[in-house]
Amino acid sequence: MNHRSDGETGTGLQFFGKMTASISHEIKNVMAIINESAGLLEDYTIMAEKGVPIDPEKLKAVSQRVSKQIRRADGITRNMNSLAHSVDDFHKSVGLRETLELSVGLSLRLADMKSVKLDLQLPQDPVTIITSPFHLLNLLWQVVDFAMGASGGGKTLRFTYETGPDSVKIRVTGLETLSNLSEDAFPTEKEKALLQTLGGAIFLDAKAREIQIVLPKDLRQKSTDN
Amino acid sequence: MEKVLLVDDEIDFLETMSERMQARDMNVTTTTSPKEALKKVQEESYDAIILDLMMPEMDGLETLKELKKKNPDIQVILLTGHATVQKGVEAMKLGAVDLLEKPADIKVLTEKIKKAHARKMILVEKKAEEKIRHILAEKGW
Repeated sequence: MNHRSDGETGTGLQFFGKMTASISHEIKNVMAIINESAGLLEDYTIMAEKGVPIDPEKLKAVSQRVSKQIRRADGITRNMNSLAHSVDDFHKSVGLRETLELSVGLSLRLADMKSVKLDLQLPQDPVTIITSPFHLLNLLWQVVDFAMGASGGGKTLRFTYETGPDSVKIRVTGLETLSNLSEDAFPTEKEKALLQTLGGAIFLDAKAREIQIVLPKDLRQKSTDN
Repeated sequence: MEKVLLVDDEIDFLETMSERMQARDMNVTTTTSPKEALKKVQEESYDAIILDLMMPEMDGLETLKELKKKNPDIQVILLTGHATVQKGVEAMKLGAVDLLEKPADIKVLTEKIKKAHARKMILVEKKAEEKIRHILAEKGW
C-alpha cells in the first residue's frame, strides 16, 4: 500500500477499529448463543439421568439453532477476512456488487443498533472497477453513517449502482430528511480526503433524497490523468 | 421462585437462556425491546432484570437509567459482549447491581439473581417497616 498521511492513517484506523469492534461484539453474541445451547444439552442430559425422557424435538431445535449460529459466524468472519485483505493492494480490481455487499454486511449490525435497514437493489450485470478497496469501504461506511442520521422515519437505506463509459455511480436512497440538513453538512473533510484518494466525487440530491458517489472505473487511469 | 425479566435483542439467546433459567425454577419473562421492558416493570414486579448492554431502540445504560427512574429499588444485572472497566463503573454509578460478560456462566448468573432477589426482599421489608412506623407515628399509637 502507498505511503499515506497521518490524518488519513488515523481515519483509516478509526474505520478499521469501528468495524472490528462491531465484528467482535457480534461474534461474542454468537458465542453466547452456542454456549447456552451447549448448556441446554447438558441440562437435558442431567434430566435424562434423573429419568426425565428427552423430547427429540427439543434436541432438533438446539441442533438447528447451533447450525444457524455457525452459518452466522461464518458470514461474520468471511466479512472480517475480506476487510483485512482490503489493505493488501492499493490498486485492485474489485466487483462493485461484492464490495457493496461487503460494505452492507459490515455495517449491518451498526445499522441495526440505530433501527435502520440496509437494502441492496443491485443490477445483475457484474461490474468491476480498479480502485483502493480499503478506502472505498471506508468511504462507503462514512456515507452509511451519515445517511443513517438522515433516514428519517423511513429508516431504510437502499443501495444501487449504474455504470458509465469511464465511471460508476453508486446511489444511496432513502435519506428522507436530507433537505433539512445544511449543504455543507456532508461531505466533511474526512470524506473529501477519501474522495481525493479514490479520484471520486459525492453529490447530494435533496429532491431525490439520495447521495450519489461517482468513482472512476480505473483509479490508475485517473491518477495518470491528474 | 425468582421472577426475572430478560431483555436482549437476540431471540435465540432469549429462548435458550430462558429455558435454562426456567429449569432452575425461575419465573422468566422475555422481551427483545427495551421500551417493552419499561412497560413491563410498570405492570409487574421483578426480582431481577437481566439487561443486554447493546440493543437497538435504546442502549442498555439508557434503559437502566429509565428503569431506575421508574423504580429506584429495581435490581438490574447487565450483560455485555465486552465488559470494559469504564462501562462497568458507569453501570454501577447508574445503579446496576452487577455486570457480566457474554458468554455468561449460568451458575454465576443464577447466584447473582438469587443475591438480587435477597437484596430486593430486604428493601421491601425495610419499606414495609418504615410504612408501619410512619402509620404508628401519624396515628399516635
